[in-house]
Amino acid sequence: MSTMIDVRGVSKSFGGVVANHDISLKVPEGGITGLIGPNGSGKTTLFNTIVGTHPVDSGSIFFEGKEISKLTVQKIARLGLLRTFQQTHIYGQMNCVQNMLVSVPHRKEAFLDIFKKYPPEVYERADELLEFVGLFSKRKLQAGDLSFGQQKLLEFAMALMNDPKVLLLDEPTAGINPTLINGLIDRLKRANQELGITLFVIEHNMRVIMNLAENIYCLAHGELLAEGTPESIQNDQRVIDAYLGAH
Amino acid sequence: MVKSLFFASYGVVLLLLSFSGAFARRRATTTTIYVAILMLGLLGPMVLGDFTFQLTVLWMMILFALTWDIMGGQMGYNSLGNIFFFGAGMYISAVVQIAVVYDVAEYTASFGAIQISFTEAQYFTGLMLGMIAAALGAVVLAVLLGSAVFGLRGPYFAIGTLGLALAAGELVGTWEYVGGGGGISMPVYPGDPDERARVFYFLIFTASISTFLFLKWLYSTRFGLAINAIRDSENKAEAMGIHTRRYKTVAWSVAAFFLGLTGAVFGNMVGFIEPLEVAFPTITFGIFMVAMSLLGGKGTLWGPVIGAILFHYIKELTWAHLLGWQWVALGTIIVVNVVFFQQGILGWIQDRWPEKFGVMVEPGAGDDGGKSVGAELGKTAP
Repeated sequence: MSTMIDVRGVSKSFGGVVANHDISLKVPEGGITGLIGPNGSGKTTLFNTIVGTHPVDSGSIFFEGKEISKLTVQKIARLGLLRTFQQTHIYGQMNCVQNMLVSVPHRKEAFLDIFKKYPPEVYERADELLEFVGLFSKRKLQAGDLSFGQQKLLEFAMALMNDPKVLLLDEPTAGINPTLINGLIDRLKRANQELGITLFVIEHNMRVIMNLAENIYCLAHGELLAEGTPESIQNDQRVIDAYLGAH
Repeated sequence: MVKSLFFASYGVVLLLLSFSGAFARRRATTTTIYVAILMLGLLGPMVLGDFTFQLTVLWMMILFALTWDIMGGQMGYNSLGNIFFFGAGMYISAVVQIAVVYDVAEYTASFGAIQISFTEAQYFTGLMLGMIAAALGAVVLAVLLGSAVFGLRGPYFAIGTLGLALAAGELVGTWEYVGGGGGISMPVYPGDPDERARVFYFLIFTASISTFLFLKWLYSTRFGLAINAIRDSENKAEAMGIHTRRYKTVAWSVAAFFLGLTGAVFGNMVGFIEPLEVAFPTITFGIFMVAMSLLGGKGTLWGPVIGAILFHYIKELTWAHLLGWQWVALGTIIVVNVVFFQQGILGWIQDRWPEKFGVMVEPGAGDDGGKSVGAELGKTAP
């Protein structure tokens, strides 16, 4: 299995706050990798750094063997490395189908393509994916009128529409009705297996991440604390201490 | 009095047609409305000869509001400097028209003392070339200036573009080659004044209708959804890999094209151009285009049209019957609009009766959340 994302010694500070310090990790192709850690441990900062929201202070990031730490957000997204947000980011005044249509991959978009209309198969694909996340009956609603949990599902469907190679999910189950969480875990696994999308997931819900991920990294105070299988992470004394505040 | 009542009812009919245009869903109805508006526009200067100038400005206002709304309404970038392209087009056209037959520096240095009579052929060739150069020149300026201001967002973009238009007025005022603050007397139209008024009317009317039809088509393409996406969340659009810079540049270029073209025609219609009042009137036309879009309902196709007709008529009526209070009246409209009806007239109607516009507020079927996990995931990748 080749490595999709290779983070090498990345550090990032905001003023005097060290959000990430010398972090190195690998996300293998085709797998589901987890990222956990207490609040403020630098998980989202690491995601932002990987997708190019802000420049790294030191270290480098490789995507499929290509250095991406100097590229803009859009360029990285067009390479097939996509992220979803912790607070949902959807296009509120457009309906669900429009949200899906505008999310088609822009990898090969030529200048004149912007004056074309969407072909019928794009509409079909949009409906199919909305059906997949369970939002088909709400497809004509304005995305801004959906509940927070539904917006998360829509954002997930939009990400799938973009046909990414790697998807970084920032707390996909936060705000989702507990009875729907099992369905969501199932969907994430199917996206991984059937569409072959590599997943890298931040998650606070331990039941979810232990169920989902094959390999888990744990951050605390901006540093990499532990790495391992769900079982070994669950039994790691340092991880337990970090979560219970003994660190 | 009878004549101004006639002029007012012309506006009312146009306004009603625009409202029905906004509501029309069936193709036949839409076509009928378009034909009716076209007829009304063509007949305008014939039946309302005394008001040809006001009617020309009316169509220009519609064009102003439509072009402002591309960025301001559909893309969420409130530009206060779009009037820059209007003035730039006016000056580009003037220079081209003069250069066709004479030395520009000598012509402008004379402050109208040199009277060259243009032959009909010279005049119309110059005007045609001037309009083309103005439209294309404005696009080039939009691309160049866009690269400087598109890094700004929200209020910073508004102030940045405002500064651009103000600075342009001042800079042109010191540029002797184009007459500086003294301005340029435009080439004199070779013909009858009534015919002249009608020619300029039809040029601006055609530009206005073309803008509307072009935007109607443009908003139905990928471009329309993409600029709406930038409006709703530019961060998300970037994170999804949308070429945001490209869309922003095209949006501004389209506005610049039509504004530059109109500037060229308007300069010739007025006959004398100077930087502050005619070419770069930031606090009149520059603000009117924003106010009209907001009044009618920004981010909709018909909203700017409705806003422009209403605004222009209120402006004309207060100028004629409430002299001294006209600015108070316009200010009141803007305040009431911004405080109580932020979505504008059409936006308010749309919020009130969304189903009339095909916007759904209730799910069509029951909540199937979670039950459709078994849905097929066949890969018909786009």
